[in-house]
Amino acid sequence: MTKQKSNQADDNQESLIDVVRLTKKFEDITAVDEISFSLNRGDIFGFLGPNGAGKTTTINMLTGLSRPDSGTIKAAGLDCTKNPKAAQHLIGVVPDESNLYPELSGFDNLCFCASLYGIRKKERCERAGELLQVFGLKESANRKFSGYSKGMKRKLTIAAGIIHRPPILFLDEPTTGIDVASARQIRQLIANLNSNGTTIFLTTHYIEEAERLCNRIAFIVNGRINRIDTVENLMRRTQGQQMVQFAFQTATNKACEYIIAKFPNLRCKTVSEGICVESPQPIRVGPLVRLLEDNGIEVAEAKKIFPTLEDVFVEITGIEARMMKQEKEKMKMGGNA
Amino acid sequence: MKTWIAFWNILLKDICSYYLKPPNISWGLLFPLVWITMFFIRSGMGMDKLPDLLPGLVALSILFGTTSVLSVTVTFEKKGRSFERLLLAPISLEILMLAKTSGAILFGTINALVPIFVAMFLTDLSAINWYVLVPAIVLIAVSSTFLGLFIAVSVKEVFEAQTFSNFFRFPMIFLCGLFFPITSLPIFLRPLSYALPLTYGTDILRGSMTGSNVMPFALDFLVLSGFCAVLFYISLRNINKKWIT
Ligand SMILES: Nc1ncnc2c1ncn2[C@@H]1O[C@H](COP(=O)(O)OP(=O)(O)OP(=O)(O)O)[C@@H](O)[C@H]1O
Ligand SMILES: [Mg+2]
Repeated sequence: MTKQKSNQADDNQESLIDVVRLTKKFEDITAVDEISFSLNRGDIFGFLGPNGAGKTTTINMLTGLSRPDSGTIKAAGLDCTKNPKAAQHLIGVVPDESNLYPELSGFDNLCFCASLYGIRKKERCERAGELLQVFGLKESANRKFSGYSKGMKRKLTIAAGIIHRPPILFLDEPTTGIDVASARQIRQLIANLNSNGTTIFLTTHYIEEAERLCNRIAFIVNGRINRIDTVENLMRRTQGQQMVQFAFQTATNKACEYIIAKFPNLRCKTVSEGICVESPQPIRVGPLVRLLEDNGIEVAEAKKIFPTLEDVFVEITGIEARMMKQEKEKMKMGGNA
Repeated sequence: MKTWIAFWNILLKDICSYYLKPPNISWGLLFPLVWITMFFIRSGMGMDKLPDLLPGLVALSILFGTTSVLSVTVTFEKKGRSFERLLLAPISLEILMLAKTSGAILFGTINALVPIFVAMFLTDLSAINWYVLVPAIVLIAVSSTFLGLFIAVSVKEVFEAQTFSNFFRFPMIFLCGLFFPITSLPIFLRPLSYALPLTYGTDILRGSMTGSNVMPFALDFLVLSGFCAVLFYISLRNINKKWIT
């Protein structure tokens, strides 16, 4: 997967969607809590957050499936707060679970979806055929949707979302619950769509996905946006930050304790491989190794590592990214994608 | 134009996916036919009494033809989430729901023609006032469909839709004067009869076939149209409130 960033988006951009203090409550839960952001033309805007953060609820409000309790939504200058239908011809939606018709074939599903946007028969058939080709589903075009595999279902659902060539596309966790190869293919398709001019709003809990694909990212936790910025700016926070990762011969949970006691200026956290030591200044490895070995901890490896978006996410939200992913996979195994 | 492409394709898909499926055809057609046979056997009536029975049969065919499929399909698509796709389409809720209900209206209307067609071979139907009968059949189909829609959007599960629609349908057979005149009902039940749209529909059917309507046609048509408007309006409001949460 190449790192493909939208190059159309820069700072003073025409915004396609403007959201101001959007709030949604379900009984006692505030699912979305006064969030504000804009989606600029050409963006791949990533909405990154754990389970129950409010990602789907936000998409539902933006697409007209749910009514906000307060706040405003403007899409392409049209006020969609009161009239959610106003901008529906401009948007395509790919939900987290497929909502196509199980009894129809892949081809018929696409044709039907196209007809909902008033596309004439000849064009419908052409467009459906073209998309089936692009998504590598030509062979299965006449098979019933109910017999498709998960990955095929997801691809067809994306095809259905773009059948009417919408300028704005909403994707709710497009790669969750499908195999690595299909996920890769889908990311490539998303990147291609964007370079052909589609503005994309994407929710995900895969940090690497957001980092690779998106040019702007919002971190959402418990219905609140903690931070919105370009990937470059987010990464800039960590510039100059030095990190060294230590792996040990035998597992230990004392290492950080020893290090912080002796070197209070360093930060230390446990990671799956061992520990990670951070500092704004260059870190000298020798004294640390000696300290650990004096305390009976045998160091197997010490290496300099470079901060990733994951580190930024953990720092800003306080959520361990790894845990977020695991929890999600568990959920998806239980349910159906 | 765009709206009509969407309208037509929603209708077409419903017809192919639901209405032309064997179980629906048999349920819609068979049930009234079984009912008529049972009637003849039980009462030992001759074929000359068929015109008296025909209005009730036509009403029954419409009622079952429209409500049996609709309440299931709407609830079914809502549960399977494919209804969301329709809600995301750039067509107004009114047009969308008209498209979703047109299949049922069409099916109910065609269903009504079955007993009439059968009766043509068995008895003399020359007394029928077709100019009243045909619009009446359509209007009854519309009102029963909207009653089905009202039921479909009031429940969550498919089986609830079925149960709930039977809760309406079976009492209506007796309360709406399909086979016994309303005047033969106990007095305390009669207000209930007049609160059901089918009562007015059956009255028109009876009038147009045998000239024995109780109320003037104009009043019947007016009340029936009123029911259609109110039921559709309430259903739309429910969808707006419950499905766009
Ligand atoms: N219809 C509803 N009724 C009640 N609560 C709801 C409803 N929809 C969402 N919620 C609640 O709102 C919160 C946000 O849910 P939402 O589905 O938007 O999260 P999400 O970020 O999409 O999560 P996930 O990653 O699991 O898809 C959750 O606490 C959820 O339980
Ligand atoms: Mg979600």
